[in-house]
Amino acid sequence: MAVSVDKAVAAGPARDRPPRVRRRGGRGRGRSLLEVVLLTVLAVVMLFPVLWMIETSIKENRDVYAIPAEFIGFTVTLDHFKDVFVAGDGGRSALSVAFLNSVVVAGVSTVLATVLGVPAAWAYSRFTLRAKKDQLFFILSTRFMPPVVVVVPIFLMYRQVGLIDTKLGLILIYAAFNVPFTIWMMKGFVDEVPAEYEDAAMLDGYTRLQAFWKFTLPLLVPGIAATAVFALIFSWNEFVFAIFLTSSDSVRTAPPAIAGLIGGTTVDWGLVAAASVVFALPVLVFAYLVRRHLVAGVTLGAVRR
Amino acid sequence: MSDPAPATTDRPGQVASATPPAPGRSRRRLSDRGLAVVFISPALLLLLGMSVFPLLWALYLSFTDYSATRGGPARFVGFGNYTAILTSAQVHQRALTTLIYVVGAVTLQTVLGFTIAYLISRRTHGRGLLTTLFLVPMMLSPVVVGLFWRFMLDAQFGVINSMLGSLGLGQVEWLTRQRTALVSLIMVDTWQWTPFIMLIALAGLTAVPRYLYEAASIDRASEWFRFRTITLPLVWPLLLIAVLFRAIEAFRLFDLVYILTSGGPGVSTETLSFHVYKVAFLGFNTGTASAYGILMVLVVIVLTQLYLRYLNKLKEG
Repeated sequence: MAVSVDKAVAAGPARDRPPRVRRRGGRGRGRSLLEVVLLTVLAVVMLFPVLWMIETSIKENRDVYAIPAEFIGFTVTLDHFKDVFVAGDGGRSALSVAFLNSVVVAGVSTVLATVLGVPAAWAYSRFTLRAKKDQLFFILSTRFMPPVVVVVPIFLMYRQVGLIDTKLGLILIYAAFNVPFTIWMMKGFVDEVPAEYEDAAMLDGYTRLQAFWKFTLPLLVPGIAATAVFALIFSWNEFVFAIFLTSSDSVRTAPPAIAGLIGGTTVDWGLVAAASVVFALPVLVFAYLVRRHLVAGVTLGAVRR
Repeated sequence: MSDPAPATTDRPGQVASATPPAPGRSRRRLSDRGLAVVFISPALLLLLGMSVFPLLWALYLSFTDYSATRGGPARFVGFGNYTAILTSAQVHQRALTTLIYVVGAVTLQTVLGFTIAYLISRRTHGRGLLTTLFLVPMMLSPVVVGLFWRFMLDAQFGVINSMLGSLGLGQVEWLTRQRTALVSLIMVDTWQWTPFIMLIALAGLTAVPRYLYEAASIDRASEWFRFRTITLPLVWPLLLIAVLFRAIEAFRLFDLVYILTSGGPGVSTETLSFHVYKVAFLGFNTGTASAYGILMVLVVIVLTQLYLRYLNKLKEG
């Protein structure tokens, strides 16, 4: 693991660079070792639950409930993963339908938020508008509303217009929650593209819209991709709206479906673990892809380095 | 962020090239405004429809005795719902629970997150990989986190008690005892969100210019002196942003409580968010729940204003 590599390097005598001033004498090295040990302990504590989840997902049921817990030396099985996708009668399981729903809902809501948010972010970045700052702050504060509070009137509203228990209903509310994020995040990216590019293009006879489309937009593609990935993760992980606005198996997304696994009298924790692994894996892969933008992403585009 | 259109004409170098004639320019400026409206209004309309309108509706309902199940016309009750909530001992208890939870969790996360960030920033090797590994909990869905900790904290076959047992320590009923349940909730939230503070603190720590430390070590300043006079003042503004952000998030928290303890045992882990849910969806007192929700929104608005004002100051300064 990374930590052990790190430890070996830090403790090793051979260093390319001359030792820095603060690392003088034995006391400095002792402290450094202490720091590495502390860091290793913290890393193990933080990662243990994740490793335990993965382990549980490949254990046989009798090993899952073993007392004392078995850390190594259990029989590896992939049955739980099979159960995630295949129902007992050989058809598609309810969970796999939920995963598919999640893909559709998260995907479409992200596209919607991007299509609405990116042009707005560009306009906010380029034009002087009345009370622009207030508008931007208002937009961000809608994102901070407690979901439990918003869901009550949304529930009544959806019941009125027939959007209860539909994918469209979820897509709309997720898009609305991702638009503020998209605008704030993208505005940062647009600010980094000099407005002079567009001015130059307009001098060449392009209209402003063409200048945006032909010159600025291509430069924004990496930013748009990163922003969309974050929006995708938010929608994918969302639980509160999903559980209150949908109920039938054909509409329900993965988070309420996985939470539903513990409803009965006996809980198949192996299945819960396998479903959680399948659910979390794409998020981790995507998060890794956008790791450079994580600071901006998790603060809704408010903090940038 | 000035309007780029007039700026163009001010620049002598560009005026020399093929500038469009005056009428075209004025038309273009007009279409700039049009373009801004066309680009911004769809996003704003969606927000108005899905955020502002529902809140206004909730505001209206909060002055009525409307019930989503009973149906029938809503009767106007004035500030009745509000006084009922503000004077309710139940609500006071939930507010206290929420306060303990928010303060406890955010404090723990800040201390731990900053410690980890500080330790990582002092490494020269493997920084990227370490950071990535530490960030995993934060990216998981609260559903996954809640479910999994529920399994690990199970009093009978949970791995935590199993480990305590093999260390010769007693078993703890993590989620089924009044007192430990709230501690468990704080612990799980801390596990998930410490990486958030760590990430932002790390961003602040790596931005501290190296030469400041070098200057200090020439002056033979002690480690603690350097930490107190260089590191902390420079990282503090960013850290405060992270803390405020986490506080708002913790105040709104619902899903983790729902999955981990469902507010129990008794009402020991019922936060305000969870109580609103119970009033609205189990008690079906939509009017009361709306008033309750509006009060929560007011708290969030105050916190958000604080956050945004501070953020603005940080950006300008």
